[in-house]
Amino acid sequence: MASVVLQRLSTLIPAERILTRPAELASYESDGLTAFRARPDAIVVPETQEETIDIVRLCHELGIPFVARGSGTSLSGGSLPVANGIVIALNRLNRILHIDPTTRTAVVEPGVINTHVTQAASPFGLHYAPDPSSQSICTIGGNIAFNSGGAHCLKHGMTANHVLAIKAVLATGEVVEWGTGSREFIGPDWCGLFSGHEGLFGIALQITLQLLPKPDRFHTVLAGYQSLEQAGDAVAAIIASGLLPGAIEIMDALALEAAKAAVHADYPPGCEAVLIVELEGPREAVEVERTQLEAILSASRPVEMRPARDSAERLAIWKGRKSAFSAVGRLSPDFIVQDGVVPRRRLGEALRKIARMASESGIRVANVFHAGDGNLHPLILFDGRVPGALERAEQLAGRILKMCVEMGGSITGEHGIGMEKREFLPDMFSPAEIRLMERIHAAFDPKKISNPGKMFPAGTAPSLQLHGLHPLEKAGLASRE
Amino acid sequence: MSPTLTPSSVTELRDAILASARVSIEGARTKPALIASAGSSIGLRQLSGITEYDPEEFTFTALAGTPLREVIAALDSRNQRLPFDPMLVESGGTLGGAFASGLSGPGRHRHGGIRDFILGIRFMDGEGRLLRLGGKVVKNAAGFDVPKFFVGSLGCFGALVDLTFKVFPRPPAQLTLRFPTQHVEESVELITRLASSRWDCDALEIPTGARHVLARLAGPNRALNLMASDMGRALKREFTVEDPSIWAAMAEFAWSPPGHALAKVPLVPTSAVECAKVIGSLPTMQVHFSAACNVAFLSWADPTIHAALQTSLAQLGLEAMMLRGDPGGWCMGRRRVTQIEAAVKHAFDPLNRFPTLSR
Ligand SMILES: Cc1cc2nc3c(=O)[nH]c(=O)nc-3n(C[C@H](O)[C@H](O)[C@H](O)COP(=O)(O)OP(=O)(O)OC[C@H]3O[C@@H](n4cnc5c(N)ncnc54)[C@H](O)[C@@H]3O)c2cc1C
Repeated sequence: MASVVLQRLSTLIPAERILTRPAELASYESDGLTAFRARPDAIVVPETQEETIDIVRLCHELGIPFVARGSGTSLSGGSLPVANGIVIALNRLNRILHIDPTTRTAVVEPGVINTHVTQAASPFGLHYAPDPSSQSICTIGGNIAFNSGGAHCLKHGMTANHVLAIKAVLATGEVVEWGTGSREFIGPDWCGLFSGHEGLFGIALQITLQLLPKPDRFHTVLAGYQSLEQAGDAVAAIIASGLLPGAIEIMDALALEAAKAAVHADYPPGCEAVLIVELEGPREAVEVERTQLEAILSASRPVEMRPARDSAERLAIWKGRKSAFSAVGRLSPDFIVQDGVVPRRRLGEALRKIARMASESGIRVANVFHAGDGNLHPLILFDGRVPGALERAEQLAGRILKMCVEMGGSITGEHGIGMEKREFLPDMFSPAEIRLMERIHAAFDPKKISNPGKMFPAGTAPSLQLHGLHPLEKAGLASRE
Repeated sequence: MSPTLTPSSVTELRDAILASARVSIEGARTKPALIASAGSSIGLRQLSGITEYDPEEFTFTALAGTPLREVIAALDSRNQRLPFDPMLVESGGTLGGAFASGLSGPGRHRHGGIRDFILGIRFMDGEGRLLRLGGKVVKNAAGFDVPKFFVGSLGCFGALVDLTFKVFPRPPAQLTLRFPTQHVEESVELITRLASSRWDCDALEIPTGARHVLARLAGPNRALNLMASDMGRALKREFTVEDPSIWAAMAEFAWSPPGHALAKVPLVPTSAVECAKVIGSLPTMQVHFSAACNVAFLSWADPTIHAALQTSLAQLGLEAMMLRGDPGGWCMGRRRVTQIEAAVKHAFDPLNRFPTLSR
């Protein structure tokens, strides 16, 4: 990087917060999708909103590409740095500025860790609903950029549904404030447009989040089935009954095997699939609904049904579920996680097709997924050391994505397009629709400096080199859904 | 006033759009203050009908001109609902109109507003291209969330053709409790307490006059009476059970007489008392707080108060979207204008065929 750029940067923040040594840069080379790597010229670590604004304005003035970064847990290569650019690491912009129990809102900076919001709100009986399974490490800024989901999307929605106001510095250097902290607004929904921008519009500096009262009562049931299909039928029956569970999740045999090995999760013997259903609400309502749920589940002929009797048992059920992906990852040196969505009634068909495609390619695929909203997470296992294995895994991943689109679904439910799926965007949108999105992008970032190269199809994508557990997963600090 | 053109197909819509340099889109004119007067008007009422409804997917798609009444009846027949309680239903409001004006009802308190249930849209741009953004499944993160951006966009970026929404099961029963109060401070305090309580209220409203609070519970029938008596005990308050028909009346703004101006004002619960005092004291003014004091609906008869209202709104840092009445624009109070607004408008509508927000 030209020394003049570094010199200008050093007029904005102290030199010790501008990292340029190779060893310092190395840890920012990739994100949760370790397949892609790129070395930035510098990492800058602002500590205030003003510093961040100044840095972005400098980037705009000099045309320097930048990538905002939270915790780098993106699974689609969204926070992959750009060569000849800088990474703006937002981890020190991590103040919870205000928790207001009266308006039930939290005002936070973007580097705040997802679970810290709930921890801060908890004394007031409130919580922050979006719960990606990376929630103990990922940041609100990253969550907004990707409109991240979690296990409770069916009832509570994604990140965007909980964002009430955003202050941001756009890639043009303009500072905007959208929303007032009210749950309502007038005029177009700017916060809605900014959520899911994948880092292409600029940097969120301050966010007002809505908080919800903690559910009064949970009722969590684990049911084991002899086949995946039976578990799928049970989901259909729950949906048809008019119940609105907080979460409906399914794990298949391979995932169960892995979770047993990894966290000693205990599942009914002889099951090919496990269904987890969680009701939440006032205790009087849950009391009635649990009887209804138990009747539906009994009729679905499970091998065994295990309602959690207390919160320890509930947490054990969730621990098995939330660790399942990392656990499956341990079965294989490398893996790719897919995030496609299919219409819920076609889940069974989608899983059958995935199994067939997997056996055709001789590749093992585990399934752990948000059954309630049709969001699949097939985990494609391979060994990168075997020549051609990665390419075969990628081919399978591509076929699965195309299948999701053909079934009327989506190529991503919550992990975003990023680097990984940009070549698939044209499978979902027409050239005119993509051009419109490019024009919107250009309005926010005419110089194409904010997280360039992501989301939109490019001529040639850098080839994938390696898949595997995220370093944080290897350290046992996170697991993925 | 009837619109100049009422296309009944996508082809006719394209012809209508391309026929004039300036067009403005309207539905059933239930929110007349939001219709731009410039250009030739295109009414979408004939682009009507539910095109897909999959109860087991919790989704439906309907043409923009579909009456809300029709949507609600179809959902109701399968025990489902749009939980945000669409407004101006019996008045004839359309799905596209409700969406483009971003108008949600009391139910937005519990599960979110219209922005939280939109999944995808098809719209026609100023050059006659039919574009589909978002998706048709309940979860989708591909591409920019243009469907959300169109909530409240007032027809400035294109003509909506159809919309795909997520729906929820309709709770088996509802119970509405009326808590009398002495004054607005007490009403707001009660609302605040209920909004963060364990009872998960389905709607929380302070009707005009602010001398009572309405709390709607929804869930299994057997649970509701238990919850209601527990509420009474825990709050140490008397209540009466309200007739459920009040919600249908509220959806039509029955409390705001014909001919009176009507506006929506987003606010935070902590400014509700001041809003009631400052704005509520203007002559002929009525204030109804909705969605646990996240919205105030204002209604007034006397057009001479516009200047004073404008000042009061600015003083409280609020802005109002007009639904009926004409104080000289669709918006009152302090509207922040950003550079990005013009750039994004240009991205959607480079020929400026549709109205701008600064109208
Ligand atoms: C083990 C594991 C489990 C996961 N589970 C889930 C899950 O259940 N659900 C789910 O949806 N995702 C999940 N993910 C994906 C990932 O955690 C989310 O996408 C998360 O939101 C990323 O947050 P981050 O702070 O790590 O962001 P980063 O990876 O650092 O950045 C992500 C994107 O956000 C941009 N960005 C970051 N901060 C800002 C800002 N302030 N302003 C503008 N743009 C910004 C970046 O440029 C980048 O494009 C998981 C990932 C892992 C590794």
